[in-house]
Amino acid sequence: MDTLRLYFRYVGISVRAQMQHRASFWMLAISQFLITGTEFVAVWAMFDRFGTLRGWTLPEVGLLYGLIHVAFSLAEGAGRGFDVFADQVRGGEFDRLLLRPRGTAFQVAAQEWQIGRIGRLTQGLLVLLWSASALDIAWTPARVGLAAGAILGGACTFYGLFILQATLAFWSVQSLEVVNTVTYGGVETGSYPLSIYRPWLRGVFTYLVPLACANYFPAHALLGRADPLGSSSLFQWLSPLVGLLFLGVSLHVWQFGVRHYRSTGS
Amino acid sequence: MKTPLSAYGAVLEARFRTLLQYRAAAAAGFATQLFWGLIRVAIFTAFYQSGSAAHQPMSLPEVIDYIWLTQAMLMLQPWGVDPDVRNMVRTGTVAYELLRPVDLYWLWFTRTVAQRTAPMLLRAVPMLLVAGLFLGLRPPASPAAALGSLLCTATAVALSSAISTLVLLSLLWTVSGEGISRLMPAASMIFSGILLPLPLFPEWAQPVLQALPFRGLADLPFRVYIGHIPAQELIGVLLHQLLWTAALVWLGRRVLVRGLRAMVVQGG
Repeated sequence: MDTLRLYFRYVGISVRAQMQHRASFWMLAISQFLITGTEFVAVWAMFDRFGTLRGWTLPEVGLLYGLIHVAFSLAEGAGRGFDVFADQVRGGEFDRLLLRPRGTAFQVAAQEWQIGRIGRLTQGLLVLLWSASALDIAWTPARVGLAAGAILGGACTFYGLFILQATLAFWSVQSLEVVNTVTYGGVETGSYPLSIYRPWLRGVFTYLVPLACANYFPAHALLGRADPLGSSSLFQWLSPLVGLLFLGVSLHVWQFGVRHYRSTGS
Repeated sequence: MKTPLSAYGAVLEARFRTLLQYRAAAAAGFATQLFWGLIRVAIFTAFYQSGSAAHQPMSLPEVIDYIWLTQAMLMLQPWGVDPDVRNMVRTGTVAYELLRPVDLYWLWFTRTVAQRTAPMLLRAVPMLLVAGLFLGLRPPASPAAALGSLLCTATAVALSSAISTLVLLSLLWTVSGEGISRLMPAASMIFSGILLPLPLFPEWAQPVLQALPFRGLADLPFRVYIGHIPAQELIGVLLHQLLWTAALVWLGRRVLVRGLRAMVVQGG
């Protein structure tokens, strides 16, 4: 409880600091809204031309798109600390964190919330809400819960990826942008039904980076569609939990990395 | 102000050489773009297999060529400003730039040309090779298309540099510059064809897309390469790119004059 309070104190400071630059904040938020919004324009243009994607309609794909974008924006905003972590290792500033009486993952996590990411969040939410109302789904509490669970599961998975990316910095302070293939690439892949991809790509996003568990599988339960990949209804309802598992594993890898940390000195 | 061209040549060469050193970043970028390309090919293939592919303005193999060219030429796009100049404006060392015996616009333009070409070359060469050998990128439609697309790409460098320099100059006004430097990539992403091949946009949007400068950055060179724009129409294509480049250079120079008048050098 105390940890949680401290976390939000940290976050509050970060948010207030960013709000000092109000014009800058709005610029960032609005531009991110527009930039990420262009992606949905492209999706819409393709449906305008082709009508359907392997039997999926625009609102159905919009549901996938909304779920993954909202999940990503939450993780991106909250996981900023891990995003800039490599610089801290390079500069030797991580040593300071090791001296404080709190966990390292906690301190890195709490040091910044990037509120400008609200641009992508808004865009994803708009698409999600539009799809949710355009689709013929009875929004029972259970289904709303599942949608929220899918978003949280996805956010946990992305957050875990940020942690893993930061952990790599313990071994190499070289460019770590390869991880972007599964974060940004995961957003792109997850914006469309997993069944359209080749088996190896499906495997990557089901077993290696389980984003499909926060997106494709729960979406089938929401839509009441039969999954051509053959997942069971029970699995679809439980699949968001895999995101929590992934986050847990990532935190363990982080601890492993911390134990192998050697300061750059300077 | 008359300066021998060799001064700009030296700046270009120095920046180009410096930027060619970032090979690890290029390797990572290459991997990312390759993966991204595979995803995009899968998505477009699925769309073409779902709807009526016969009546589309581009065939699937043409779209696949377009995608791989996009992945190869991504760094040519006017995204991100020269970090050194951004720092100069922020810290006030931009004052030194004003003292140099060269025209500031062309100095920054030259830096930008290096910024747009060196990282692009590092990624484009392996990407074209890998995509050409294994991933379905076909060679240019004809010798004329090959030559034409090379010419168009060269003018695209000039166009992209003119846009980037304009964005760079907008940084002289701190806050609005930040907005412009963020919004320009969004505009170029959607209107250049990077996000979606321009012919696939709805018919009603085509006149707008054709008038804007951004299609000269990607869509035009790519479609000349593919043969989707016949080589006879090359003159019109080049003219579109060059006129826009000239207009943006003119605008950039005007902005610079006003910017210098308004500029307050930070720091002490």
